[in-house]
Amino acid sequence: MIFTIALREIKTLFISPLAWAMLAVVQVILAFMFLAHIEAYLLLQPQLLTIDNAPGVTELVVGRLFGSAAIVLLLAVPLLTMRLISDERRNRTLSLLFSAPISMTEIVIGKFLGCISFLGLLLLLITLMPLSLLVAANLDIGIILSGLLGLMLLLAGFVAVGLFMSTLTQYPAVAAISTFGVLLLFWLLDWSGDENNWLSQLSLMNHYEPFLRGLFDSADAAFHVLFIATFLVLSVRRLDADRLGS
Amino acid sequence: MVSGCTCSVGTKFTSAIDKVPAPAFNAQRVYISPRTDSLRMSSELLVEVNGVSRSYGNIQALNNISFGIGQGEVLGFLGPNGAGKTTTMQIISGNLAPSAGNVSIAGHDLLTEPRAAKAMLGYLPEQPPIYRELTVDEYLDYCAALNRIDRAQRKHARDTAKEKCGLQDVGKRLIGNLSKGFRQRVGLAQAVIHLPPVVILDEPTIGLDPLQIREIRNLIRELGKDHGVILSTHVLPEVQASCDRVQIINKGSLVLSDSIDGLSRHMKSSLLTVGFRQAPDLLLLQALEGVQSVQADGERRVQVFCDPNADPTDQIVKLAADKEWGLIEITPQGVSLEQLFLEFTKDEQKAAAGAEA
Repeated sequence: MIFTIALREIKTLFISPLAWAMLAVVQVILAFMFLAHIEAYLLLQPQLLTIDNAPGVTELVVGRLFGSAAIVLLLAVPLLTMRLISDERRNRTLSLLFSAPISMTEIVIGKFLGCISFLGLLLLLITLMPLSLLVAANLDIGIILSGLLGLMLLLAGFVAVGLFMSTLTQYPAVAAISTFGVLLLFWLLDWSGDENNWLSQLSLMNHYEPFLRGLFDSADAAFHVLFIATFLVLSVRRLDADRLGS
Repeated sequence: MVSGCTCSVGTKFTSAIDKVPAPAFNAQRVYISPRTDSLRMSSELLVEVNGVSRSYGNIQALNNISFGIGQGEVLGFLGPNGAGKTTTMQIISGNLAPSAGNVSIAGHDLLTEPRAAKAMLGYLPEQPPIYRELTVDEYLDYCAALNRIDRAQRKHARDTAKEKCGLQDVGKRLIGNLSKGFRQRVGLAQAVIHLPPVVILDEPTIGLDPLQIREIRNLIRELGKDHGVILSTHVLPEVQASCDRVQIINKGSLVLSDSIDGLSRHMKSSLLTVGFRQAPDLLLLQALEGVQSVQADGERRVQVFCDPNADPTDQIVKLAADKEWGLIEITPQGVSLEQLFLEFTKDEQKAAAGAEA
């Protein structure tokens, strides 16, 4: 049942030009960034040779590429998630889901998974770029995988926030702008001075960055999972409240 | 009308998952015709609504409503705009939780076993829940999947629903490009694709042209053969055309529940429209036996309100011939919703005035 909803979500995405435009734009921008990172690495290379234990090409190129991808997708994901529920509410199609024998949790998880699968495809395309370096260089696959896992968790968090914002309103644009605001705020929380400040503990950035260095900390992973779960539960609660009419 | 005990069940539902003990059966019933009574005895009720109330903030949209519907029955839910029809439909279809009371569909409580209950119903809201960017076939397949029809049977279910609703030729077309009548049919097909015992239709003919209205009415009568159908409308002829039983709701309360044939019994007068070539003498018409009042409608037409048991048609014809008024038209108007409404709200107002005095 979750599958049915997820599949339809993907189908709707690819029927509309939005998905294609997003794939194209993100790919073009990241390709440019990727090339820029490689160029920067080539300029740095002579100096790196003189340093012991210098960071390798994987860390300098792939790590930075995934870092930039997070920022680009911070802008793109709100546009993807904005219409998840708000559109259905606006077109009065929610009642189709509400009067079908499925629970709110299934609706929310179905929509969530639909979006995640699309972003999975996007990630695959992004990852193909650094993998092309395999032809000429030795890559640290461990760092790539850890970066990929980090980015996936981060994006799942973005989608969860976007989904929740989409349940709050019937205007996709409002959902998009509020998702963007919330995500940016969570991104910037570590700007609040002291590094061990409790606010910076909540920063998405702080829990993403270690993955890019190839450092898998279960605490960071747990933070992302909790972050995702919180917003999914909030979405289910919001849809339930719809029925109660409050 | 039988006024029963007042509902004291005030359970607050916080979530569909909460296990809420079913509120005690509420004995309040409005007038029930003999036919439905016997039906209630003989077969199990498909939908049972017990003491349902619903408020939006301070506005009481529904006030302690109870009714039932059996197999093969088409129930017309009639009322003016804002009377609580849509709220009732939304509650029965599980789109809205009642503030008090409970609803059970084919023996499954909508709040404690939502999945089993919702599998038993099909719902067409006022605005059909369609995705404009899908084709009819894609959309119906999706609805079939949502209603947990096995993959192997989906095609068959889709074809049957399309045939029922006359959609065979538009399967490959985008819903967004269809005319309003066809979209309404797609909405209907969606509601019956899983062959639910109960079909709930909220104003299914609104915004359609007369030909389409007739088709939809035929369809509803067809559906009524194997499904229990609840139909909400504010047009009386619609109820007369397609329903077995009618319920009138006003300001959130049921004021009447009766079979279609029983409706006229509630009328204190019936109406004749009479047209003449010459202007008639209203006083002479007024004096006829069985005539309650006469109202001029233009210069040569009159509205004659008469006792439903004494038909003065013959006397009017005779009088017109004697006086050479030149009778050109005489039309019985039957029951009109406005009249029915006036009748029932008049009683209420009188009762209210009596209570105050």
